[in-house]
Order: sequence, then structure tokens, then C-alpha cells
Amino acid sequence: MGAEGSRGSGAIVRVRGLHYRAGGREIFSGVDLDFPRGAVTAVMGPSGSGKTTLLRLITGQAHPDRGLVEFDGLEVAQLSRAALYRTRRRMGMLFQNGALLTDLDVYENIAFPLREHARLPERLVRHLVLTKLQAVGLRGAARLMPSELSGGMARRVALARAIVMDPELLVYDEPFVGLDPISMGVVLRLIRRLNDTLGVSSIVVSHDVREITAVADHCHLLSAGRIIASGPPAEVAGSESEDVRQFMHGLPDGPVPFHYPAPGYDDQARRVT
Amino acid sequence: MALGILRELADSAADTLRALGRYTLFAGRLAAETPRALLRFRLVVEQVHNAGALSLVIIMLSGLFVGMVLGLQGFDLLERFGSEESLGTAAALGLLKELGPVVTALLFAGRAGTALASELGLMRATDQISAIEMMAVDPVRRVVMPRFLGGVIAMPLLAAIFSMIGLYGAQLVGVQLMGVDQGQFWSQMRGAVEFGDVMEGVLKSAVFGVACSLVAVYEGYHSVPTAEGVGRATTRTVVISSVSVLLLDYMLTAVML
Repeated sequence: MGAEGSRGSGAIVRVRGLHYRAGGREIFSGVDLDFPRGAVTAVMGPSGSGKTTLLRLITGQAHPDRGLVEFDGLEVAQLSRAALYRTRRRMGMLFQNGALLTDLDVYENIAFPLREHARLPERLVRHLVLTKLQAVGLRGAARLMPSELSGGMARRVALARAIVMDPELLVYDEPFVGLDPISMGVVLRLIRRLNDTLGVSSIVVSHDVREITAVADHCHLLSAGRIIASGPPAEVAGSESEDVRQFMHGLPDGPVPFHYPAPGYDDQARRVT
Repeated sequence: MALGILRELADSAADTLRALGRYTLFAGRLAAETPRALLRFRLVVEQVHNAGALSLVIIMLSGLFVGMVLGLQGFDLLERFGSEESLGTAAALGLLKELGPVVTALLFAGRAGTALASELGLMRATDQISAIEMMAVDPVRRVVMPRFLGGVIAMPLLAAIFSMIGLYGAQLVGVQLMGVDQGQFWSQMRGAVEFGDVMEGVLKSAVFGVACSLVAVYEGYHSVPTAEGVGRATTRTVVISSVSVLLLDYMLTAVML
């Protein structure tokens, strides 16, 4: 894509004309998006609006039917397997449930990418792992097994693992699901702090509107396969659009109806009897 | 009606062929990865422990009881021909060539095979496989290969232990209980059992080890990432492994006899 692509430009990830279908359903129909370099960008939207699918497309776990998804100027879907793996070394991903390897303890989970990709002396591995654990406040939990961690701790360990290879892009898939308010606050602050101190770019998929808009620099709001709002959180929150207002303020009825489509009540009641 | 049945049969045959094709491709991938996986032998040794050492109790107990039953039945049969001294030979040949490899493989599929399939299935259901891919690590190379090789190595060792314990069980019943002469039991066995008989058992157990491990890792790795999907993968592992072992046993026996 050369100079017109996202390499060296303001956007670390660029999406153009994205079309994607799954399970017979249109998830994206001609979506254009930019994820600014060095910023925390929130991707919000109702359940089933394709937020996680978007992350899978950006990280090369799925391929678009049509359109373009670029990471730093590289068209992800066109990369060979080896090139895709090289590109993924520049990304870190936090999965919804942490996805820690259950047969390894916390220390070994974080050391896993280092041991797989670099032949480092054990002292250096230890130093790197403890530094990352210190950054997420869990140095004391180094020898615990994943089954001994709370949801919030597991998420923080997974975050330490995601940053151990010093990625350029951090991708978070619903990082607050199932967390108590304290853990949520910790993870939220970590997202902001890691983004700023490590100089990375972050994409956070979430539908926790209040929390994520408090730390994000930029928001994209997805609904029914298209972008309904983009911009700084305050601007999106102040939108007059009914779709945006319903989501941002959690209104039970609106463009997304409270009632699932159904025949008339009397008709249906008569048919059952 | 008849046309419908024919169409269903054709679809079913096509599905089976497609599944065989996928198995073959996966087996080819594992074969290609084997030399590299052997270089990280520590990972393989861990899995030999998981598949082998953790199956020892069930293998040893089953071996003992199968050997004891063989001793009883063998004595009853041979006594009718007045050749109960041949009990050692009959038990050894039965265990080494047939019961050892086959029963061990069936037990292996039930214990280690299901453990492998459910572990890989759960890893997929809990995004661990995706996380490994996102860390730019090939999950087949890092997760599947050591487990496959661990099973392949463990199986012949378990079959050898099964046969050894089984022989002891047969001796226990034949000699200690039924009164067969101890010297005759062992000397006839040593005279009649040839190196080729032992190798037949080793070859069978190696082939069964490859089959059971392949089925377990394939089904687990490709399971649908839900609780139901993992359950189905585990069931399929036992069913496909057991049928494959019995089919392969017939084929190998027919070739080697």
C-alpha cells in the first residue's frame, strides 16, 4: 500500500470497505475505520455487532470477504503464514477470559513467548518476567497456577504476557467482563498506563460505556454491520443520533427494539391454544 | 424411497472419505513436524509421563487379571489334551502377539486418549489455542506434537508391561493354583517363543500407538469449542480408536501370519 497505507501514517490499523459474513449473517457491510497510532481506541457496540470479529480480522484470525484490513501498512489477509506470525509478534492480545495456559504457572505463562521466540539466558528471562509482573502488580503471584487466580488477577497476568514481547499494538477483547469494580478499575488504569508508558497503540473492545470512555482517546460505535459514530468519547456521547443515544445511555427501547419480532399477541396466543 | 436411501448412503460415503482425507493430511503434517519436535525432547518426555506413567496402574491391574483368566482358561483347555505344561507357551504367545497390544491399546484409548482429546478440546474452548497462535507460536508444533509423540512412545512400553504382568498372572494361576510344573511352564515358553513373536507384538503396539494418539489429538484439536463439542470429541476418540485398533489388528495379523 506504500505511502497511502497505514505504515508510518497516523493510523496503525486501517480498515477500508470491509465486508464479512459469518453463519449466513452479514457482520460488516462496507466498514471504514482508522485506529490512531499511540492512542487508546474503544470499539463499542451491542452484543453481536461484530466487535470481537473485528479484532479477529485485525489479528489475522479471520479473513474479510471483501475490503482491506491493514496493520502498519501490511494487508493482514495477504500475509503468508510466516509473515503473519512475524506480524503477530508485534501485537499483544488480551482475551476475554485471559486464556492463560492452564498447565503452566503465572511465571511460565509470561515466560512462554520469550522461551518460544528468543534464546535468552534464564537470568534475563527472569528479569523480564518479574518486570512485567511488577507492572501489573502481581510479582508476588509468580508461582501461582491459573486456577488459583481471581478473574481480575488472571486478566492482569494475561496482560503481562501480552506485553512481554514489547508489542506495538495491544488488543483487548472485552477486558472488563465478569470483573468486580475494584478489578475493573485496576484493569482500566493499566490499559491507560501501559499505553502511555510503553508507547503502544491500544484497541479495546467493550460495551462498558462509562468505563471505557473514561480512558479512551477515540471511540468507534458499531451497530448492524456499520459504524454509527466515530470520534472522541465526549463527541460520541453528545451525538443526537437515536442509535447512538440508545447505546450510550442504555435506553431499553429505540432503534434496537425491546421486543424480538413476533406476530400479533392475540394471533400467537390463539395458535398455541 | 430407494433413491433417497441411495443418496444418503452416497453422502455418508462421501463424508467418510472427506474425514479420511482430513485425517491423512493431519497425519502428514504430524509426520513432517516429528524431527523438529524430537529436538525438544523435554516436552515429549512430559507427555510420555502423562500418557504412560499415569496409565500404569490401570494397565498393570488389567494385565494381571487378563493373565490370570488366560491361565485358568488355558489350563482348562490344555488339560483336555494332556498338555498343560504348554500353558506358559500359550499364555506368552497370546499375550505378546494379541492380548497385550490390543487390550493395552483399548485401555490407552479410554484413559490417555480421552485425557488428550478433552485437554486439547478445552484448550480450544478456553481460547488457549488462539492465545498461542496470537503469540506467533504454531499450536500444532508446540502443543499437539509433544502429546502425539508422547502417546506413540508410551504405548509400546505400556503393552510390554501389560504382557509381562499378564505372564506373571498366568503363572500365578497355572503354577501356584492349578499345579503346573514351574520348570515346564518357563522352559516350554522359552523354547517356543521366538524373537519374531515378540517383534510382532512390538510392531502391533507401535501401530496402535500411532493410531490412538492420532485420533485423540485430531479429535481434540478439531473439537467444537463448547462443552458439548468437547464431550463429543472425547466420545469419538474412544469409538474411532477402538474400532481402528480392532480393524488394524486383523489387518496386521493377516499380513504377519
